[in-house]
Amino acid sequence: MAGSVEQESAPLTGLRALDLTGELGWLLGRILADVGVEVQKLDPPGGDLGRHLAPLIEGPSGTASAAWVAYNMGKSRLDLDLGTAQGRARFLDLVDEADFVLESEEPGKLDSLGIGWDVLHERNPALILTSVTPYGQSGPLSGAPASDLELMSSGGAVWLTGDADRPPVRMTLPQSICWAGSYAAVGTMIAHHHRQLTGIGQHVDMSAQAGLLPALVHAPSFFDLLGENPMRAGGYLVGRNINGAAMRNIWPCRDGYVTWAIYGGAAGRQSNRGMVEWMEDKGMAPDFLSDMDWSSFDVATVTLAEVSTMESAIAKFLETVTKDEFLAEADSRRMLGYVVSTAADIAGDEQLAAREVWSEEFVPELGTSLRFPDGWLRIDGVRYGVRPPSTGGRV
Amino acid sequence: MTSELPKREGALSGLHVVEFGGYGAGPAVGKSLAEHGAEVIRVESMLRLDGFRTNYPPYTGNVPGIERAAMFAITNDNKLSVSLNLKTEKGRDLAIRLIERAEVVVENFTPGAMDRLGLGHDAMLLCNPKLVTLSTCNQGRTGPQANRAGFGSHLTSLSGFTELTGWPDRQPALLWGPYIDYIAVAYGVVAVLAGLERVRRGGVGCHIDLSQYETGVQWMAPALLRYFADGEVMDRQGNRDSNAVPHGVFPCTGYQRWCAISVHDDAEWVRFAAEVGEPWVKEPEFADVQGRRANENRLEELIAEWTSHQEREALVGRIRAAGVHAAPVNDMGDLYADAQLTYRNAFQRVDHPVMGFHAVPGPPYILSNTPGKVTHGAPMVGQHNEPVLCGILGLSHAELEELKASDILT
Repeated sequence: MAGSVEQESAPLTGLRALDLTGELGWLLGRILADVGVEVQKLDPPGGDLGRHLAPLIEGPSGTASAAWVAYNMGKSRLDLDLGTAQGRARFLDLVDEADFVLESEEPGKLDSLGIGWDVLHERNPALILTSVTPYGQSGPLSGAPASDLELMSSGGAVWLTGDADRPPVRMTLPQSICWAGSYAAVGTMIAHHHRQLTGIGQHVDMSAQAGLLPALVHAPSFFDLLGENPMRAGGYLVGRNINGAAMRNIWPCRDGYVTWAIYGGAAGRQSNRGMVEWMEDKGMAPDFLSDMDWSSFDVATVTLAEVSTMESAIAKFLETVTKDEFLAEADSRRMLGYVVSTAADIAGDEQLAAREVWSEEFVPELGTSLRFPDGWLRIDGVRYGVRPPSTGGRV
Repeated sequence: MTSELPKREGALSGLHVVEFGGYGAGPAVGKSLAEHGAEVIRVESMLRLDGFRTNYPPYTGNVPGIERAAMFAITNDNKLSVSLNLKTEKGRDLAIRLIERAEVVVENFTPGAMDRLGLGHDAMLLCNPKLVTLSTCNQGRTGPQANRAGFGSHLTSLSGFTELTGWPDRQPALLWGPYIDYIAVAYGVVAVLAGLERVRRGGVGCHIDLSQYETGVQWMAPALLRYFADGEVMDRQGNRDSNAVPHGVFPCTGYQRWCAISVHDDAEWVRFAAEVGEPWVKEPEFADVQGRRANENRLEELIAEWTSHQEREALVGRIRAAGVHAAPVNDMGDLYADAQLTYRNAFQRVDHPVMGFHAVPGPPYILSNTPGKVTHGAPMVGQHNEPVLCGILGLSHAELEELKASDILT
């Protein structure tokens, strides 16, 4: 209950992780830190090379990679040269006291240094070793080079994204490292649960390529069940209509874009009705939209031609509104939609502020404090994270 | 006879989970637990079917049906289903008996719905003081937007992902499906297992309030840090990258066959140039990263011309062999044939009474001693009423027949 120190500390407080990861594994350690693990990042001489990856943030005392800062918040750091016998001996001493080792070296690298799974497991049988690599510890591609672009591509995500008349695209902010790190955290926590019952640790082998399959949701099933291959369709949503109609989801407005779509179901019909009523209030609803019988409207069977006619009238209307107007009207008219946020929109979002998501942390490499998104974990109204909320309060 | 329940083994065997809700973010948490041996009982009802059963193609044979939807099948493998009408007192009582013997409840109804059914967190905790409950919804259960409904694909846009996807001279492109739901799933499973650790350490049960929006914002952190540091608003850049050049997706022979190639430093460029072997690779403006960046449009055109005459698998194979970053842009069919995914058994095939054999993605992480498995397909509505109600809760068959004759098991 509230007030008790023990209950207020994060759930995994007292457990320790040694974090040897590069870019691909950064978020894994960050998530463990979020739930209370004391994560120590062991950097090679000269520091983690990922610190220099663009885009960089500039501070009064230097520059650092935005992703490196973001995904390593809450970790302490120690320089350790695993290339020397002395460094490896020090590492093994640390392993004796550790609960997790996290790494993202090329498969076989730790073995070649004499600190592979067999050695670590014998030294500390309860230890969990989590390896995050592009394709996994073994198999035909286990040694193949891959960066975010290759992982998003071989994992199927690139195929599904982009405009039909241009090559498929990846998201500009690298995502494979996030899928890999987050799902590696899941595997690590499952192994931890098992260890608490048995006392025995395991080696968790995370493949970043396989880590993208959750992002594809049901797209592969179109091929499995029907032999179909869903294609990129720009700002249109496909795969919701048995006639193959695509529903427009991205609409230009006066100061950016909003997202909304013609939908089915009870909530969808209310949303459609709300949009038309708003257009009517502004004198911009054509008769055929005002006359629509939404109660019999079925998004699964409507034809492409019908959808296109409705959408062109709605597009013309939405070009006249701002993002803020859209959010307010969507709220009051129970329309299902949001703005297409930029970083600036998210930074100013009232819900995130009310939930005390943000923390501040001094970053020595930059010589300044930075705000970052922190507490996603809320237990019994207490917001946890790598830093307590600035108000210290319950939210 | 009471039919047999599937045998369970794995890292989470012995864990009992009851699941209320539908679509992605709640049930996919249950899937992750079930694939490692947890007993996950879905409480559902014909009166309020999971949207993944009813609203999402593809269906087996392209014929809609509540037991034919792939979306449901890939999200609910390894689970049990009981059909209880929670608006009846008896249905609610049976749900509570399941909750009493569980360690975890996962729910993703709209905020307040469980309370209205008499199954709010406090009510559940009264009958099971060590219960961990996970509630997941779009924006969390507190704050000015707590009760706002919305679809996952729209929330993906609110969280910033859409704005960063597509071409700089065009409008943003959508990511596939309810992208953000599956971000929240990873955080949700971590949160549930962290909650169980808290209980193991002598704590009482607890309630986890997971906002999908907040988990998406975690991934958006690099773009947000840049904004907070110097006001820089990151934008979409097609396939270009701040570090590697070239960095793109290029056409190969055949319809919509694409390959990804990226070059991360000058040494890699030398290896790539040797593999290409065309006169243009020796042009001085391509020799260093600044030159390649300054001439990126032309460089991309030349590479595309070179790749467009080549068969993709052979091309990717030899570029990779030269130590250069490359991969096929796998389409949905390619995934099932991908040698590495096949090696890892990433898609596992299970049988189903209506759908027949179909592919289900298993866990992307492999635990060395207790790897997760897709052991059986998703349940049909109420498929396990008898083994759960009689076999687990100990109802007699006469009682079961009585329930069947009423409106409780619907």
